Amino acid sequence: MIVPIHHVLIFSLALFLVGVVGVLTRRNGIIVLMSIELMLNAANINFIAFSRLMSDIAGQVFAVFVIVTAAGEVAVGLAIIISLFRNTESINVDEITLLKG
Amino acid sequence: MTLGYAGIFFYVLAAMAVVSALMVVTRKSPVHAAMFLVFTFFCVAGVYVTMSAELLAAVQVLVYAGGIVVLFLFVIMLVPLGSGIQRLPVRRGAVAILLAGLLAVAVLSIYSHAVASEMSMATEGTKIMGNIETVGTELYTRYLLPFEVASVLLLVAMIGAVVLARRQV
Repeated sequence: MIVPIHHVLIFSLALFLVGVVGVLTRRNGIIVLMSIELMLNAANINFIAFSRLMSDIAGQVFAVFVIVTAAGEVAVGLAIIISLFRNTESINVDEITLLKG
Repeated sequence: MTLGYAGIFFYVLAAMAVVSALMVVTRKSPVHAAMFLVFTFFCVAGVYVTMSAELLAAVQVLVYAGGIVVLFLFVIMLVPLGSGIQRLPVRRGAVAILLAGLLAVAVLSIYSHAVASEMSMATEGTKIMGNIETVGTELYTRYLLPFEVASVLLLVAMIGAVVLARRQV
């Protein structure tokens, strides 16, 4: 590996933290989902970096599974957002308090 | 230390990915955020190429940039804008950045303890791998059952999305 593993890990940590900040600060449900995608991408970078470092192909196989799960998660998440918009006329995640007792 | 082209590409692409990810989080318009998200995904795909994971790079472009972002844009189109465009309160942003900083410190301390001691020995002896045949063979032999389960998961997600987004429940 030409690039030291620390630099790859710091890069993925930076990407993950950007995603965390996005989930915590944004109120638009669509952008919250986008931030979750950023975090999943950061996890995939770690998978592939360690797969390369340890010469073990399993990391790449699991990265494929993470991508599959992310695709399913986005499909269901966006369907929930459409359904929420239909019922509450808003996708602001702060206003959605349907489960509040 | 000579980096070579792959190393230079890695740093350039990583910097562009982080910057455009910041843009995703900070743009007010969801459409702009989606465009920066595409750019981030392309940069991450380039990073995969520098780590010689060509199959993952192709899958990243096809599934993320081609499929997921189109899905995002479709929903942005269906949901009228204006409801989600608001300034975020400063206090809340500060708290979020503080929490993210704490997380960064925690993860970096774990890295400095675990990674430096155990992972440095593995750096030598890496061989060129990660081509499409290797991943495909593993996926269809050793990981055949998870592969099939993943296809069932996608089917369930598809049915769930159709049911949730249907007009009348």
